[in-house]
Amino acid sequence: MSVSQRRPLQRAGGAPVLDTSHGTVLYLESLNVSFDGFKAINDLSLYINDGELRCIIGPNGAGKTTLMDIVTGKTRPDSGQAWFGQTLDLLRLDEAAIATAGIGRKFQQPTVFTELTVAENLELAMAGPRRVWDVLRARLGGEQRDLIAQTLERIGLTPLRAQFASTLSHGQKQWLEIGMLLMQKPRLLLVDEPATGMTHQEMAQTGELLCSLAGEHSVVVVEHDMDFVRSLDSPVTVLHQGSVLAEGDLDSIQKDPLVRSVYLGE
Amino acid sequence: MNALRSALWSDRMGVVLLTVLLLAAVWVPIASLALPESHPLHLGSYSVSLWGKYLCFGLLALSLDIVWGKLGILSLGHGVFFGLGGYVMGMYLMRQVGDRGVYGDPILPDFMVFLNWDALPWFWYGLDHAWIAFPLILFVPGLLAFVFGSLAFRSRVTGVYLSIITQAMTYAVMLAFFRNELGFGGNNGLTGFFDILGFDLRADTTRAALFSVTALSLAGCYVLCRALFSTRLGLLCTAVRDAESRVRFLGYRTDRVKLSVFVLSAAIAGLAGALYVPQVGIINPGEFSPLNSIEIVIWVALGGRGTLWGAVVGAVVVNVAKTQFTGWLPEGWLFMLGGLFVLTTLYLPRGLAMLVPKRVSGS
Repeated sequence: MSVSQRRPLQRAGGAPVLDTSHGTVLYLESLNVSFDGFKAINDLSLYINDGELRCIIGPNGAGKTTLMDIVTGKTRPDSGQAWFGQTLDLLRLDEAAIATAGIGRKFQQPTVFTELTVAENLELAMAGPRRVWDVLRARLGGEQRDLIAQTLERIGLTPLRAQFASTLSHGQKQWLEIGMLLMQKPRLLLVDEPATGMTHQEMAQTGELLCSLAGEHSVVVVEHDMDFVRSLDSPVTVLHQGSVLAEGDLDSIQKDPLVRSVYLGE
Repeated sequence: MNALRSALWSDRMGVVLLTVLLLAAVWVPIASLALPESHPLHLGSYSVSLWGKYLCFGLLALSLDIVWGKLGILSLGHGVFFGLGGYVMGMYLMRQVGDRGVYGDPILPDFMVFLNWDALPWFWYGLDHAWIAFPLILFVPGLLAFVFGSLAFRSRVTGVYLSIITQAMTYAVMLAFFRNELGFGGNNGLTGFFDILGFDLRADTTRAALFSVTALSLAGCYVLCRALFSTRLGLLCTAVRDAESRVRFLGYRTDRVKLSVFVLSAAIAGLAGALYVPQVGIINPGEFSPLNSIEIVIWVALGGRGTLWGAVVGAVVVNVAKTQFTGWLPEGWLFMLGGLFVLTTLYLPRGLAMLVPKRVSGS
């Protein structure tokens, strides 16, 4: 990808206003992305409602991660539209502006800052000053300390708050990253394979955590693990070869002959 | 203030370094001026300036460590900022010469008379005033760093590519400064200075004062950097160093974080250069040579990058060794330096700082 494509077309100063008066928080319409001729995303349209928990499943190479890359500004589509609420054109914002506008992302590989402590990771993620000078002068107030303490409690890492993130297990890093997402106070959370590398018990806890987030946030979960998807009990979108194959609840999806042919080769 | 106090408390080696610097700032003038020459602790003015030079290099190493050790930007061109600060100081000192030059021209420095120039170029205007020249010591390197950094960081040039263009930058500046037409004295550079702020540069008192100013500047910049990294911006720098793209998804503009620290670093390097020039009495384009910039990296690596105090110690240790070694075997120094670098990388990957037990250093 050339440098010019990645360059932001617009740099948002303050936090832009999100307008979800029509009940939809994310509109993706007729998106197309190709990498060296391979169509990673093919005429994809997807709508996420405000406060909804949505699962996106699909075989490898279906375009799940590319879809998240487009929404967070990492990849620019060749054509199509992506709107956050009614008014924010995601294709005109860069990664930092999109994050400030209220879209948080958890990566497939948990990426936390290993040389910082758990609490410091949350402090950096906390919604607040983002300009260099303001960050330099930022101090933790009582309210902010409380917020960090609450989040630590929610992700179950309170006893580890002063430990370096490098000492955490894979599952704990996943939780820390979810905690960092919460600190950003996003309206929309994109969660890429949160259950990877987790034990069944950890998976159940993660599922509960994600379900508890829906309502005040919209949550989009990309996942491979069918048991985990079932535990979330939410609408499912199936991606295949870069476009939407089917949408509905998990049971009807699993009966869909088209889906069965893609997944099971029937 | 509290954050700074606790940051210094957990950085005990930094406190040791600051104490040594403050003691030296007081002791060296006494040993040089008050003690009689026969006294065993007497310091000659040559030694005073030599140690002043080492501390300038320590300051330069500190400036590199805040971008390399703390932000992961490996600059192989930091000599350019040091050199520019030095040149600004050199121009100021040159204007102080007045009509005492060989050709006796009241305005034009000797090299301009030699080139048959009849007027001072515009960029030499005002540099006879300390209140104009001294701020420029920080401003000129800072401006170059700002322009270079804006372009490089916004286009997301990182890693080895960034290192290569910093190296190219210092090389380009060296070639430019070698040209007589540019108006900075060509390959001879600027030399033949008489006084600074009205004080004779060859006087023992001036040399002792320059040493003390250098030691105090180093101490001051150390505290400034330590304070900077004890704020949330310090956490942010660590995050940018270790996972820059992740930081963007938190909504921070990482290019501006890098740019800010890079400009600060350049200004500190410029200050180091400006303190260096009056103590060695000359500045020439050789200071911009790529090799010099690579040496700075070796000082920092050898001392222990990311620790701040390690960089200062590394610079002083390597340069003391250089002075000793070039006395015995001048041609052998580069082999020795290369060998040191290889050995450090193999056996002390975190530099001399590794030798200090954690419970002592406190970090």
